[in-house]
Amino acid sequence: MAAISREEVAHLARLSRLAVTEEELDTLAGQLDVILQAVAQVGEVTAADIPPTSHSVPLTNVLRDDVVASCLTPQEALSGAPDAAEQRFRVPRILDEDVAS
Amino acid sequence: MTDLTSFSAAELAGLVARGESSAVEVTQAHLDRISAVDDRVHAFLHVDTEGALDAARDVDSRRAAGEPLGPLAGVPVAVKDVLTTKGVPTTAGSKILADWRPPYDSTIVRRLRAAGTVMLGKTNMDEFAMGSSTEYSAFGPTHNPWDLSRIPGGSGGGSSAALAAYETPLSIGSDTGGSIRQPGAVTGTVGVKPTYGGTSRYGLIAFSSSLDTPGPCARTVLDAALLHEVIGGHDPLDSTSIPAPVPDVVAAARLGASGDLTGVRLGVVREFAGEGAEPGVLAAFRAAVETLTKLGAEVVEVSCPHFQYALPAYYLIAPSECSSNLARFDGVRFGLRVGDDGIRSLEEVMSATREAGFGPEVKRRVMLGTYALSSGYYDAYYGQAQKVRTLISRDFTTAFDQVDALISPTTPFVAFQVGARTADPYQMYLADLFTIPSNLYGGPGISVPCGLADGLPVGLQVMAPTMADDRMYRVAAALESAVGPFTPPAL
Repeated sequence: MAAISREEVAHLARLSRLAVTEEELDTLAGQLDVILQAVAQVGEVTAADIPPTSHSVPLTNVLRDDVVASCLTPQEALSGAPDAAEQRFRVPRILDEDVAS
Repeated sequence: MTDLTSFSAAELAGLVARGESSAVEVTQAHLDRISAVDDRVHAFLHVDTEGALDAARDVDSRRAAGEPLGPLAGVPVAVKDVLTTKGVPTTAGSKILADWRPPYDSTIVRRLRAAGTVMLGKTNMDEFAMGSSTEYSAFGPTHNPWDLSRIPGGSGGGSSAALAAYETPLSIGSDTGGSIRQPGAVTGTVGVKPTYGGTSRYGLIAFSSSLDTPGPCARTVLDAALLHEVIGGHDPLDSTSIPAPVPDVVAAARLGASGDLTGVRLGVVREFAGEGAEPGVLAAFRAAVETLTKLGAEVVEVSCPHFQYALPAYYLIAPSECSSNLARFDGVRFGLRVGDDGIRSLEEVMSATREAGFGPEVKRRVMLGTYALSSGYYDAYYGQAQKVRTLISRDFTTAFDQVDALISPTTPFVAFQVGARTADPYQMYLADLFTIPSNLYGGPGISVPCGLADGLPVGLQVMAPTMADDRMYRVAAALESAVGPFTPPAL
C-alpha cells in the first residue's frame, strides 16, 4: 500500500507554498512514497521511554548583554529586497480591498 | 620555478612569510589555474579576481611594513557558496538567490579575512546543501578531477573538486549529513566535520540547524588543521556555539605525522561491515586497518546497534528542519519574486516564487518535512526520529568508553557517473550512510584518503567524541604519512 496519496501530496504542496504542476505531482507522489516507506523504519525501534534529542549541544538561554551594538543600516537591510518603498519591504496585497477599507 | 599551485597551504604560508613568494604571485598562480581548468571542472560559481588580488596586495604591504602575519597569511581559500560574503554573490546553489549579494560576512569568512587568507571565490554545491553529487546545483554540476564524467560528491563538491584540481590549496565546506566528508572521500582530499558548535553557523544559510556544521577542506591533514584553527572557536553571534577553546588540532596533526599510533584504540563499527559498501571500498578500508595496526594502533570491533536507523532518522529530522528554515525564501526580503502583477495575492506570489526558485530535491525535502511535522504524523515520524537520535548518541558514548575513536569507510561507493543516481532520490541518500551518525550525535569526523579502487579515491573516516577533534586529526595524519599522497591524473 502506498504510504502517501496523490491528494495528500497536493495538500502538502499547498502547505509548503509550492505551486507545483500536475506533472510534478505525479513524480513527487511516487518519490515521496519510496522515501516515506524507507524512513518509516524508525518505527521499528522500541523507544517509548527514551527522551528525544532536538540538539546535541546542551546550552540554554544563551543571551548577549543588552547593550547597543552596530547593525545593518535600513539601506543595507533592504539592499536585497525584490521591492521596497519608504524604508520598508513592499509586498503584494494581503487583504481584499473591501476588507481593508 | 615549480608551479605555486602544487604546494600545500603550510608551504605557501612559509614562502610568503619568508618573502620567497609574494601573496600576489601565489594568488595569481591559482587564478590562472582556475582560468585554465574550471571550464571543465566547474568547481566555482563565482571567482572574485579583484577582491582576491586586493586581499593579496594587503598581505604583501603588511609584510613589507613588518606587521605580524597570521599562520595562513597570503594563502588562497575557496568558500562554499552557502556562507555569506559581503558584496560578493551568495546563491546556495539556488535560482531563488541567483542575484543576491549579502550585506554582511559570515563569521567564518570574517575570520578568514582577519587571518590574511585570500578568498578566491565561491564554490558550487547542491542547492541549499541538499544532495551528494552537486547535480542538484541550479547552475550545473561540478565534475570530478579524477574522471570528469563522474561526480565530485556533495553537497560541497565544488570545494573538494577545487582542491583536487589544484585551483586552491584550502576550501570551506558545510556538513549536515556528510557534505564535507563524502566529497573529500571521492576526490581524494581531506574533509573535516568539526564538533557541532565548534565552528560558527552565523552567516551559514541554514538547511538543518541542529546538524549544519561548517568545516575545513584541504589536500593534507595538517592544512585542514591549520584552517580549522583559524575558523574555529566560540562566536557570540551563534547561540549554539560552544564557549570553549578549539582543541589543539594542529599539534595533533603534527604528532600523527610522526606515524606512531602506539596506545591508540580504534573501533570498527560492526553494523557497518555488512552494509552495502562496494567491494573495492571495503578492500581499501581493510588495507587501511592493517596499516593503522602496523602504526601501533589497537583495532577492535565495537557494536553500535542503532546506527542502522541513522539514515531514516536523518531523513526525517533534516527535512523537518529544512521545511521550517526555507520558509524564509518567500520573495519578500531577498532573492527572487515571481508573479507580482498587482492582481495575485501575497500567498499566490509566494507559491509561484518558490515553485520557480526551488529545484526538485529542495521541493521533495520541504514537502517531506512538512509531512513529518504535520499533526497526526508528528509523533510517529519526527518525534520518533528524535528518540532514535538519542539512542544513536548513546551508542557513540558507549563505544567511546571502549575506544578512542571509531573508523569506517567514509562512503559506501567511489565517485559514480554523472546522472547515475538522480532518477531515484533514495539511492542518492545512501551516499551518506556512514557519515550521518556523527551529525546526529554532534561529534567530529574526518575523511582522509586511504587508497584507490579501480583508480578512484577511497576515503577512511575517523569519528571522535565531541570536542575531541584533535584525536581524529592524529589518526588521520598517521594514516596519511603511511599511504599518501594520491594525485589525480593531469587535467
